[in-house]
Amino acid sequence: MSEHHNHGHDDHGHGHHDAHAVHYSLKDYTIGFTLAVILTVIPFWLVMGNILDPGTTRFVIMGFAAVQLVVHMVYFLHMNSKSEGGWNMMALILTLVLLGIVLSGSIWVMYHMNVNMMPNMGDAAEVMKHGSHDMP
Amino acid sequence: MQDSFDLTKLIFGRLSWDAIPLHEPILLATFAGVIVGGIALFALISYFRLWGTLWRDWITSIDHKKIGIMYMILGLVMFLRGFADALMMRAQQAISFGDNAGFLPPHHYDQVFTAHGVIMIFFVAMPFVTGLMNYVVPLQIGARDVAFPFLNNFSFWMTTMGAVLVMASLFVGEFARTGWLAFPPLSGILASPGVGVDYYIWSLQIAGVGTLLSGVNLIVTIIKMRAPGMDLMKMPVFTWTSLCTNILIVMSFPILTATLAMLGMDRLFDTNFFTNDKGGNAMLYVNLIWIWGHPEVYILILPAFGIFSEVVSTFCNKRLFGYTSMVYATVVIMILSYLVWLHHFFTMGSGASVNSFFGITTMIISIPTGAKIFNWLFTMYRGRIRFELPMMWTVSFMLTFTIGGMTGVMLAIPAADFVLHNSLFLIAHFHNVIIGGVLFGLFAGFNYWFPKMFGFKLNQFWGKVSFWLWSIGFWVAFLPGYILGFMGVTRRSSHFEDPEMQWLFVVSFVGTLMIAGGIAALLMQIYTSWRDRKINVDVTGDPWDGRTLEWATSSPPPDYNFAFTPVVEDNDTFADMKKNGWKRPLKGYVPIHMPANTWAGFVISALAMVVGFAVIWHMWLLTGFAFFAMMVAVIVHTFNYKRDYYITAEEVTRTENAHTKLLESHV
Amino acid sequence: MSEINATMNGAAGAPGIDAGARYHVRDHHPENGTMLGFWIYLMSDCLIFASLFATYAVLGRNYAGGPSGAELFDLKLVGINTAFLLVSSITFGFAMISAQAKNLAKTQLWLVVTGILGACFLGLELYEFYHLIHEGAGPARSAFLTAFFSLVGTHGLHVLFGIVWLITLVVQLGKHGLNVENMRRLSCLSLFWHFLDVVWIFVFTFVYLMGTLP
Repeated sequence: MSEHHNHGHDDHGHGHHDAHAVHYSLKDYTIGFTLAVILTVIPFWLVMGNILDPGTTRFVIMGFAAVQLVVHMVYFLHMNSKSEGGWNMMALILTLVLLGIVLSGSIWVMYHMNVNMMPNMGDAAEVMKHGSHDMP
Repeated sequence: MQDSFDLTKLIFGRLSWDAIPLHEPILLATFAGVIVGGIALFALISYFRLWGTLWRDWITSIDHKKIGIMYMILGLVMFLRGFADALMMRAQQAISFGDNAGFLPPHHYDQVFTAHGVIMIFFVAMPFVTGLMNYVVPLQIGARDVAFPFLNNFSFWMTTMGAVLVMASLFVGEFARTGWLAFPPLSGILASPGVGVDYYIWSLQIAGVGTLLSGVNLIVTIIKMRAPGMDLMKMPVFTWTSLCTNILIVMSFPILTATLAMLGMDRLFDTNFFTNDKGGNAMLYVNLIWIWGHPEVYILILPAFGIFSEVVSTFCNKRLFGYTSMVYATVVIMILSYLVWLHHFFTMGSGASVNSFFGITTMIISIPTGAKIFNWLFTMYRGRIRFELPMMWTVSFMLTFTIGGMTGVMLAIPAADFVLHNSLFLIAHFHNVIIGGVLFGLFAGFNYWFPKMFGFKLNQFWGKVSFWLWSIGFWVAFLPGYILGFMGVTRRSSHFEDPEMQWLFVVSFVGTLMIAGGIAALLMQIYTSWRDRKINVDVTGDPWDGRTLEWATSSPPPDYNFAFTPVVEDNDTFADMKKNGWKRPLKGYVPIHMPANTWAGFVISALAMVVGFAVIWHMWLLTGFAFFAMMVAVIVHTFNYKRDYYITAEEVTRTENAHTKLLESHV
Repeated sequence: MSEINATMNGAAGAPGIDAGARYHVRDHHPENGTMLGFWIYLMSDCLIFASLFATYAVLGRNYAGGPSGAELFDLKLVGINTAFLLVSSITFGFAMISAQAKNLAKTQLWLVVTGILGACFLGLELYEFYHLIHEGAGPARSAFLTAFFSLVGTHGLHVLFGIVWLITLVVQLGKHGLNVENMRRLSCLSLFWHFLDVVWIFVFTFVYLMGTLP
């Protein structure tokens, strides 16, 4: 991936922009790391230890992933609504929306396609959930 | 690769002398033409000692204006190739009935329609649109260049190298025979074991990187580099549509990249994304590729809408009606374009619930476009309209595109689409909107901004000839398509049995000849304009009494665009400035900081092309070397920290004074 | 002829002298767009992963009579790998803190540690892949395995690229120190590295953990 580059100078005139420059702090990274560890260990434990039933486990670990995403965004990526005049947040929101559309749209469409158009798949819902163990 | 170690195989892969199509007369003739033309070009450049200029001023240039022009030249050259494909198809279809097999056997015809689609979309429309946005947007926002000038150069060369690969497939090997979207399983390794689909994949992957990066570039340019005072709602409409277009690019091209990569993996590594066995699902490809494909068509049309907005307000001497609603309509179109993709495959079998959802969203998306048309019409109402060529193209667009859009709404009804899908009706529809919308928009933009780019006006006579031939020729060529589609004729067919239909195909062919005339007239327009360039000089830089900032510069603008960055107070900035007694600043010039030229864009792209070619032909040794060289080139480039220079105040003074003299001598 | 008034915010000069002066600013420095541009590029990269995730969602249970995730995945190994990546994220953080404090040597040190952790991640992943292929569970075996290898493999390729970039940057830091350009590059690589950890969260959740569940 090539580097993008603009003017190399900026010894003057940019001081007032550093107001929104990122400040890296040990505290932020420590909090973020600790939270991330917790949010990782618990899902692993739930699955490896068969603690809850599969359906509930699925929801719980998805939730933990979503929370850990926010933790990473805030503590590691320093995401806030002010950086780059709010454009970073706007780009992120648009991306997440489109991600949702691509994922849910594809799953919805392909589920229906499979039900209607794929012979010998039996119950397509079952297949998409538990897998096809037959040779097609 | 179960054979024992074979050096020839390692070096040449599956490339052999058989790859050159010596038995295809059309290709041989084309090849001969290209060789002769190439040698002539080479000789001319050498004779006039222009190699240095070519390298310094064009190939390594990071000037958005030069790069924009190069994009447009690429688009124009590839247009001639894509149209040659169209002519061949129309000629074949006009004669190939019953016992007459025509002159294009199916395996050749299939490559022609595939290449036609790929070239027209990826190597004509996209480069031309990108070229216009590249040229105009920085000027419209009062900037000196784009945000990432090096990346701009790199993006251009990646696009060009993609085109080079497509053209190479003519003479070495073959092209894909799958249609422009290359659906599996036809495009899989079993049904298409040859190099054609690989050429397709690699040319699009390489060009795709260029497009994606230029998307990032223009978004950041528009967000970060606007002149002081230019709030978002004070930007010209063309800049707004460019912003939305580039957001679409950034948010859709990755899906194309991923999907083509998956197809490539199926072909190369025996994976099972889209195979018929082992759990693959070819329908997934169709789904993913159209999630990209629908935003793609909006990427093509939104800049055209922006062009029309500029043209209408300029040539009606009025502020655009409903600026705010135009902006909102554009943003709404941008978002909605992600909710309609399934209408491209209603018939694949997703069922009633899915089909109705997407049918409804497709109809909804026509509404903001309608709002735009009304805004243009209301702008024209009670305006003092000047029917210069850009305005003529705009009126033709309104008539042509609107009808094409209406046939789109017909196709949006799933039940109707079950009859019309993949028929000639569909072909007529999308050519209707692409030619009527995108192409006419590009012609309007070309006629509008040409004086700015080159410093002299275009020949009006040949422009009008081209206009009429296109406007009428289009309908003659495609109206039969609507009729034939209703009658049930399928697309991509090179032979027909029912002689009663033949006259419609002949009419179509006549229309195509008229379009060919239109293209010839366009070339004449360019030639005569260049020939008479000293007579038709654009002295003031503002030949149309323009309303936006690009018209505040000389024609062509100096390298640095603006000696002083403009300060913006209102929409239609330049019109506002002229109204309030703006005068060109005549002294006090300062040194201007500019980015320096670069070799890296061209070199890295050329190496990428070699990698693509090598993988296509399974030349693994060359692949390894070229890839390694590419990485080295990238890293070496990143070690270059000195990528700028200053234009001295004296030089700025000289340039500005020269323009002052020109203005004074022509008063 | 009137002088040009150099104003930063376009306020009108003395009225009547030059009405056009308010339309020009003498010395304009547009803000640098590298961080925004890189962020937008990362968003586009998200969509590549989105396509791969969507593919995995659709094809992820098509075992074609072959092995499933439950049968193949070694969650202990995945846990170790997750730890490598997560710790590398914080060591990169330490590098950024050192850079902020203008400590060149420490910055390079933490970068190298990060790179080593990344290499450990990749090494373990390659071991996992090799093991799977050896067992006959390679990407050509079934659509599930195809989707698995391409999603996890693409993430791994990104990590590899990040490591190459990291090494290059460590050398460039040695050459030019913590100048403005290098700080920008560090910030970009930081975004890239953390982004890869974010993607990994979803990989281990949706591929490994959910793939193990019945």
